[in-house]
Amino acid sequence: MQKKHLIQIDDLSRSEIEEILALAETYLELNKNKDEQKHHLGSFTQINVFFENSTRTLASFELAGKKLGGIVQNIQVATSSVQKGETLIDTALTLNAMRPDLLVVRHSSSGAVNLLSEKVNCSVLNAGDGSHEHPTQALLDFLTIKYRKKKTEDLIIAICGDISHSRVARSNIALLCKFNNQVRLVGPGNLLPASFKDMGLEIYNSMEDGVRGADVIMMLRLQKERMKFGFIPSKREYFNRFGLDNQKLSLAKDDAIVMHPGPMNRGVEIDGIIADDLNRSVIQEQVEIGVALRMAILHLLVDRQK
Amino acid sequence: MGKQFTFINARVIDPKVESATSGTLTINDGLIEKRDGGIKGKVIDCGGMCLAPGIIDIGVKVCEPGEKHKESFRSASNAAAIGGVTSLVTRPDTKPSIDNPELLEFFKNRGREFSKVRIFPTASLTKKNNGKKMTEIGFLHEGGAVAFTDGFNSIPNTKTFYTILKYASDFDTLIIGHPQDHFLTQNTSASSGVFASIKGLSSSPNIAEKIGIERDTALVNNINIRYHADQITTKIGLDVLRHAKKNNKRLTAGTSVHHILFNELDIGNYRTFFKLKPPLRNNIDREALTEAIKEGLIDNICSMHTPQDEESKRLPFEEAAPGAVGLETILPASLSLYHNKVLTLNQIFRLLAFNPAEIIKKKLGSLEEGYPADIIVFDPDKPVKIDRFKFQSKSQNTPFDGFNLQGENLLTVVKGEIIFKSNSFNV
Repeated sequence: MQKKHLIQIDDLSRSEIEEILALAETYLELNKNKDEQKHHLGSFTQINVFFENSTRTLASFELAGKKLGGIVQNIQVATSSVQKGETLIDTALTLNAMRPDLLVVRHSSSGAVNLLSEKVNCSVLNAGDGSHEHPTQALLDFLTIKYRKKKTEDLIIAICGDISHSRVARSNIALLCKFNNQVRLVGPGNLLPASFKDMGLEIYNSMEDGVRGADVIMMLRLQKERMKFGFIPSKREYFNRFGLDNQKLSLAKDDAIVMHPGPMNRGVEIDGIIADDLNRSVIQEQVEIGVALRMAILHLLVDRQK
Repeated sequence: MGKQFTFINARVIDPKVESATSGTLTINDGLIEKRDGGIKGKVIDCGGMCLAPGIIDIGVKVCEPGEKHKESFRSASNAAAIGGVTSLVTRPDTKPSIDNPELLEFFKNRGREFSKVRIFPTASLTKKNNGKKMTEIGFLHEGGAVAFTDGFNSIPNTKTFYTILKYASDFDTLIIGHPQDHFLTQNTSASSGVFASIKGLSSSPNIAEKIGIERDTALVNNINIRYHADQITTKIGLDVLRHAKKNNKRLTAGTSVHHILFNELDIGNYRTFFKLKPPLRNNIDREALTEAIKEGLIDNICSMHTPQDEESKRLPFEEAAPGAVGLETILPASLSLYHNKVLTLNQIFRLLAFNPAEIIKKKLGSLEEGYPADIIVFDPDKPVKIDRFKFQSKSQNTPFDGFNLQGENLLTVVKGEIIFKSNSFNV
């Protein structure tokens, strides 16, 4: 990889993305065979610094690092120094002094991971910054699509839900457009900035229209705060308009797949029956591929420093 | 008789006329005595450089009381003197805010003691600038507040604002509004559009400014009071202003030099020195603003000098404090309008000196005989590279750091006294 940090999808070229996917596929096979010996990268230190609560992403990064034989340290900063008044930059400098090879960072503020990356010597991997980006999620989604659809171009992909506040959506938009896919954004007008239209994306305020003929339906999590601040009148109205149920899914292509970055709100953005339908839903595969994909990125970032 | 000087070989910029003329100017006892008369008193050879009225900057934050580590009267005054700013119309959004006559008195005393440039304080329109209860407008007006404002806050409750405006209209005073809809702009840090969408920044739509200026002008049209909009920065805001000015001759509006020169893309990778209030706009708005300046719709250019310490800016963009310092860059930054052939030098000084004086109703901002001798001498063409660490201001949060601009202030005179002389200027 040419760049030292992975903050956003645009840090990667098309060929670098292909390289990541190829390596991730290797790891996916190795993980399936439980062939742990072949994983080892040699010694490296990875610190996962999460300024925002996370279970699955943190677990995925931790496991990926450990499978590669790294020393992995998790720090949940939400419950440590920041409460004592330490600034983000001081935290970064402190961790940097511990000489890790990699910092995996999540923060609730857009641009915070970029700011941190400017202050440290090691590679920084963005595990989600505010509403900005979550590049590893998009890459694992992309590999999942590749597995299921056997191609990565010329697909119709509908991203549905709270686009405004979603870092997953932004990373996916950047990545899917890099590979010439037709990206549709679907959501209520107050959670879907019209400015995305100026970027050449298709905007739909009706889920039925948005998923019609789609190859891939990507559902986003609706955060509880959106209801609290009055973006949505009720869960049931949201589910009625934008919840993925059988009737809406039937409008998509027959072999359309359903994705979700998790954690899911069953009965809010997705009907539980669809979520559990292994023919359509690839949600569990996304999680499995996530570990392999993160191993690939960690591998390339560590190699880069050698 | 007081001090007498005659400036010779000067390119005299009189904002009241269209083009500069070369000539002499004699000042005596703190006043402008004679244009193009004989040589009297000490001679200052300007060597063909420009001679203009000093800049009057509306909306400067001197961080006394409360945040003296960000800016004091002494440091603000030094910054102003170097920058060619001879009058500061100060903001009341200090800690605590200037919302009672005793604090205003303290503020004025500090200014008198430590500032070499003129200080014209404004006072808070509401207590604590929180938009709820009006201040003692009568006492504050008597105490010398030249205007009333809540700084970057707009009074959210229209009825409250209406009531306060009607009360304030009993006095011949000025209201300075920040015409941005309170709720639409609350907790936002960028302008809605492609840039904010890509960067994932909370944003306010430009209609926040349209609604703000529409509401404020609708209110003041019904009330006999002078109103000045601190900064108009969007195309749709300018359209409303154009219309409103047709019906209200006492309505004035300014803009910040940062909004003239930068657009939202300059924020780049979340650069917090470009986080301003209102936020930087897109280039269509920036171009519309330039056109509006050309057309004469905008009455004054200010720097909206807002000092912030390093810690307030070394944060993720959305958490960082807004604002930029501007006293030491307003002259070269404004001169870019001359170098880009948007305005003549005389027109620029209409926006920097003459109009601001009219807005606050002070006899300043002109080189006519009998006006106070607040004067600057500057080289409009000298290339300067902005280095924030050389600033006199206690805070260095300028978006111009590292920029190449043109224009250097050489000499600053306030009330007939030389308060700053550049090393490159030989008197």
